[in-house]
Amino acid sequence: MLNPDLVGRTFAGATRTTITAESIAAFALALGEPETHLAPPTFAITISLEQSQSVLVDSGLDWSRVVHGDQRFSIFKQLTAGMQIQCDSTIESARVMAGNEIITVRSDLIESGEVAVSSWSTLVFRA
Amino acid sequence: MSIFTVGEVLPSKSYIINRASLVTYANASGDQNPIHQDEDFAKSVGLENVIAHGMYTMGLVGQYVSSMAGSSSKVKEFSARFTKPVLVPAGVNVHLEVSATVVELTDEVARLEITATCNEVKVLGMAKAVILL
Repeated sequence: MLNPDLVGRTFAGATRTTITAESIAAFALALGEPETHLAPPTFAITISLEQSQSVLVDSGLDWSRVVHGDQRFSIFKQLTAGMQIQCDSTIESARVMAGNEIITVRSDLIESGEVAVSSWSTLVFRA
Repeated sequence: MSIFTVGEVLPSKSYIINRASLVTYANASGDQNPIHQDEDFAKSVGLENVIAHGMYTMGLVGQYVSSMAGSSSKVKEFSARFTKPVLVPAGVNVHLEVSATVVELTDEVARLEITATCNEVKVLGMAKAVILL
């Protein structure tokens, strides 16, 4: 069980991720996207999910029990090669349904002090 | 003038998911969870077979949205619920069929409601996008 005191807390990303042209191209190619220099709309997940994982595992949750429930992106500025991204994760909600723990984490991908992409992941930790 | 009309059903597109494409996506995304690659492991945790990453399916649907919008740079909002896992048996090409309906238009944006199915079963719920016109 997640400590309920953690709901609402923001965990600032300790390191910055530099987005490379290679990482965008590989992701775009995997999705069959012809514009391999532009980050596809779901590219932020390559940064946000790892951060959410480390926050939730550090909070005592078992990542091997996780299933992705739903996902949302708000894209304010398209991610491009060379951007240095800080990812801050906020645990927005946590509830228990039928023994499963359902946690929504918002990840803000911040570039030069402004949010470029917000990503909401609802993760279900199976009982 | 928008190129879309409210209620318009956009042309459908088909995407192929197979074991090789799951490995490509795993490498590109960094998500190396063995349930997406290793059949024995997937079965050991109670799955019927290897399943596609939810984010791979959503990513392919994102490609659909980008192509309808004209560019990935026009996609402003994108959301989906993972309702059914996409099973990917060895040696099989699974076809993901994607289409969308224009549900709202403003001067700047179009709102799309998206349908994504495999073998006529919906694999995403509440899939929506907002694209710039």
